[in-house]
Amino acid sequence: MSASPTDAIVAAANVTKRFGELRALNNVSLTIAPGSVQCIIGPSGSGKSTLLRCINQLEKIDQGAIWVDGQLIGYRIKGDELHELSDAEIARQRLSTGMVFQRFNLFNHMTVLQNIIEGPVTVLKRPRQEAIAEAEKLLARVGLSDKRNAYPIELSGGQQQRIAIARALAMKPKLMLFDEPTSALDPELVGEVLAVMRDLAASGMTMIVVTHELGFAREVATDVVFMDKGEIVERGPPNAVLVAPQQARTRDFIAAVLK
Amino acid sequence: MTSTVGIGIGRDLAGVAGLKLVPRRYYGRWVAAALIILALAWVMKAFAEGQIDWRVVGQFFTAPAILNGLVNTIIMTACAMALGIVLGVVFAIMYMSPNPVLRGVALFYIWFFRGTPLLLQLLLWFNLALVFPTIGIPGLVEWRTIDVIGPFMATLLGLGMNQGAYTAEVVRGGILSVDVGQTEAAKSIGMTRLTTLRRIVLPQAMRVIIPPVGNEVISMVKLTSIASVIQFSEILRNAQTIYYANARVIELLIVAAGWYLIVVTLLQIGQFFLERYFSKGRGDRRAKPQVVEEAGA
Repeated sequence: MSASPTDAIVAAANVTKRFGELRALNNVSLTIAPGSVQCIIGPSGSGKSTLLRCINQLEKIDQGAIWVDGQLIGYRIKGDELHELSDAEIARQRLSTGMVFQRFNLFNHMTVLQNIIEGPVTVLKRPRQEAIAEAEKLLARVGLSDKRNAYPIELSGGQQQRIAIARALAMKPKLMLFDEPTSALDPELVGEVLAVMRDLAASGMTMIVVTHELGFAREVATDVVFMDKGEIVERGPPNAVLVAPQQARTRDFIAAVLK
Repeated sequence: MTSTVGIGIGRDLAGVAGLKLVPRRYYGRWVAAALIILALAWVMKAFAEGQIDWRVVGQFFTAPAILNGLVNTIIMTACAMALGIVLGVVFAIMYMSPNPVLRGVALFYIWFFRGTPLLLQLLLWFNLALVFPTIGIPGLVEWRTIDVIGPFMATLLGLGMNQGAYTAEVVRGGILSVDVGQTEAAKSIGMTRLTTLRRIVLPQAMRVIIPPVGNEVISMVKLTSIASVIQFSEILRNAQTIYYANARVIELLIVAAGWYLIVVTLLQIGQFFLERYFSKGRGDRRAKPQVVEEAGA
């Protein structure tokens, strides 16, 4: 097993993930530099969400290896064997990544503030007052200070997603994963979430964003990956991939989305 | 203006809109209510004319033996239910664990205790001494089983273990009702499996678990009466002991029934508040107009 590429925050090598017969990811390799914003686009079922979920170990890969922040994830190398990590060790590895879901997944039984401080207090064992002070700063950052005592059900989709971003940021991750963060939103609410993500990118956060928002990708991404049928078809700067794609499949997809 | 409505009624729209509304009439309800009142009157007449000495009912309603039985019933309900809930949660988690050994143990437990009659289980516990004359850690501490497992212990173990098997299924259903996205979000902030269960999944599962468990608490109040066969002195057994002596059978049964109804009524009120507490974040606790707007959006 080769040593981890130390300059990359994420390095995936020959990753394959199967769901039964289906190869959701087929021998995918990808490295992502710290501070970059990587947008992944592609038709549904192309494996882009699966790749994100593998990076966060919500799915186990069948072949290949993934390093996050210099650590091989899911396994420990012992001689020429890979030993599976325990539940607690995997949980610890997840601390370097934050994740934002398509369906927000805020904890429904907790208020906005409780949602944000849950990780810092329960997992990181930070003092409650300190966590609350941090949470208030994050709430101001996503523009929802007045909602601190609301329950998720009382918020719009856009507000819930901004809280979900704040909840992930409260863990101070080195890498943020966004799994189609605006796909479940009413069109008029997409803008407020993208604005928060744009600010985050400007602050230097490393982000991997699975999205259908080509405008956002073009404006914010350092790199765009186009995936189809579990493979990376094309990768490059947004102006290359989105404006002058080299592959026919990429061209067809972009034409279909822009229609 | 020639707009008409209906099948040739020939009225104009504004005219129809202005007509008086007559609510639907429910003749069936009136008939049913009348029949029920008649039946009730007949039953009450039978009780009034029957050989029931209501002074005896009043006299024994607060008799020390009855109150003592009431306290025992309440204590047993609380203890057996507490044991049942603890076992239910533990076995539900074991049942859903990726560990096949834990899952096997949970499956066996649920299979055995749901598969045999409660009365039989009570008798088994009560007669445990026939199988295990002594219990404890051999060579360290040992007790005679007869001393440890009296009527109270046998009833507690019987009712609690049996309840645990049913509650495990209720808890499992509650856990399954929580969206998998909640678990994924918990994992994504670095929670382990058990922390996720404790902090995220179980509190939300409570909303689904509480109503059936409340129902089971109410059943439990009455199930304790089965323990009268192994000499646990709860209300019914004490009432029986009294009527064996004074032959006031119906009077004493009415006393017992009255107490059961009182306890169950109080429990129902408690359940209402408990359900309201655990529905937080579901919109039905705070009926703010804003919630209604969101639901409609």
